[in-house]
Amino acid sequence: MQALTNRAKQVDRAPMTFIEQLYLWNIVKGMAITFMHMFKKQPTIRYPEQKREFSSVFRGLHVLNRDEEGKERCTACGLCAVACPAEAITMEAAERLEGEENLYREEKYAAKYEINMLRCIFCGLCEEACPKDAIYLSETFTPADFNRKNFIYKKTDLLIPNPTTDAQGFAAAKGVKTNEIGLKN
Amino acid sequence: MTILALDWFLLIEKLILIAVIIFASLGVALYTTFAERKVAAILQDRPGPNRAGPFGLFQPLADGLKLITKEEIIPTHANKWLFILGPGLAMTAALMTCAVVPWGGTIDVMGHKVDLQIADVNIGILYVFAVVSMGVYGVMIGGWASNNKFSLMASLRAASQAISYELAMGLSLIALLMVTGSLSLRTIVEQQVGHVWNIVYQPVGFLIFFICALAECNRTPFDLPEAENELNFGYHQEYSSMKLGFYLFSEYINMFISSTIMATMFFGGYDLPFVTSHLSSPGTAAIVGIVVLMAKVVMFIFLFMWIRWTIPRFRYDQLMDLGWKKMIPLALANMLVTGFIVLLKQNNWHF
Ligand code: SF4
Ligand code: SF4
Repeated sequence: MQALTNRAKQVDRAPMTFIEQLYLWNIVKGMAITFMHMFKKQPTIRYPEQKREFSSVFRGLHVLNRDEEGKERCTACGLCAVACPAEAITMEAAERLEGEENLYREEKYAAKYEINMLRCIFCGLCEEACPKDAIYLSETFTPADFNRKNFIYKKTDLLIPNPTTDAQGFAAAKGVKTNEIGLKN
Repeated sequence: MTILALDWFLLIEKLILIAVIIFASLGVALYTTFAERKVAAILQDRPGPNRAGPFGLFQPLADGLKLITKEEIIPTHANKWLFILGPGLAMTAALMTCAVVPWGGTIDVMGHKVDLQIADVNIGILYVFAVVSMGVYGVMIGGWASNNKFSLMASLRAASQAISYELAMGLSLIALLMVTGSLSLRTIVEQQVGHVWNIVYQPVGFLIFFICALAECNRTPFDLPEAENELNFGYHQEYSSMKLGFYLFSEYINMFISSTIMATMFFGGYDLPFVTSHLSSPGTAAIVGIVVLMAKVVMFIFLFMWIRWTIPRFRYDQLMDLGWKKMIPLALANMLVTGFIVLLKQNNWHF
């Protein structure tokens, strides 16, 4: 049979000599290899102090967006809930009343908006479905919890800080350092 | 009256020595577990335990606390007394060996000469052998009493392994004893102080002894009795809490003791070449001796770990093969050659 590469090597089937059967030389060779590993660089990231950078397209915890004036963008159209393959999103719509124009951008808004983080598979389809650019997935992951109930994130947990009152928090949630948002407290 | 007073002093001296050595061994064993994890980590390019205290130094305490607070389980169908006896025996046998090791020279305490050794038995090595082979009873009894087929199989392995490797170990020692002409560990060390170490006379003997020591301590590549992938957990599968801790501990104490024995017999014990024989004050010599001996022991323990994290476990037939067909013939040949040379030397190199 023709060899595919010239790297093919005939297997050495000669019986081992007495010295080889003592395994000593090969063990010494192996130990030299492990010894060299003492001086190798450790790839470990010491987690709580150091954090691995997420990719910019990382799909993490959801954020409900506001516009520049601090109005909630979501209009409770339900498209995200329909798109969601895990059926993790539920919401209740309400009509915007007189004098609430500074709170909600559209005439209809989500009075209740919940995502069950134990169901969610972080596929990002809700983000793609939303016509109002109201929901997107941030670069942080769901923190652990002792209680199942706490994994159902309410609107208060999801909503981004208001840019008019908390510009810093809004910027942080929006852009460069997204690690802190979404951490429930 | 004088005799009584002397006896009291001896008694107190020995009691203090025993307490110190037992606690030192326990402490060393405690930190050997830590060292094992650290060495493993470093050889595998990772940092190892580093959370508890600075550099993770309190990790063994946390481990110990965890073991103590775990639930104590004695299986319903286990033989209760033997089940409890097993780990105790393993631990006792491991600790008893340190009685004959000379930890240093002689120091002066209030006008009395105090040997840094619990008992200078004139058959020291034989004593070590007797006690070490008792250690395997701990494993056997524990494995048998658990009423679990895996534990039983593990203890069978432990027993046959111990028997096979003790033979080669003994044979390699006989060659050493031909060179030294004494069974007392102190005499063996004192012969080496200021002279060449026994390793020069007995390199092959040391190699065999070292390999057999690995097997006796149930260390990789000879850790067949606790081969996780075939026997679940080996002989201590049914054990929990501090009984399990005792088994794990006795392994590390065994490792510590066999490192000490090897350092004593082949590497001059507490002797630091070119220095010890020139130290005039016995006190300094003793302290230097202890430090030197500990340094040698640490080297050996590191070697044990280094081997563990390099070599995979032998197969059972390979283990027996190595023991009976390689080690014993090699040890026999070594013994015969040594005997021949020793005789020749006594005869002033005439046939
Ligand atoms: S990320 Fe996917 S699974 Fe999670 S809520 Fe959005 S659509 Fe549903
Ligand atoms: S988040 Fe977007 S898709 Fe979902 S209900 Fe609100 S506006 Fe509609």
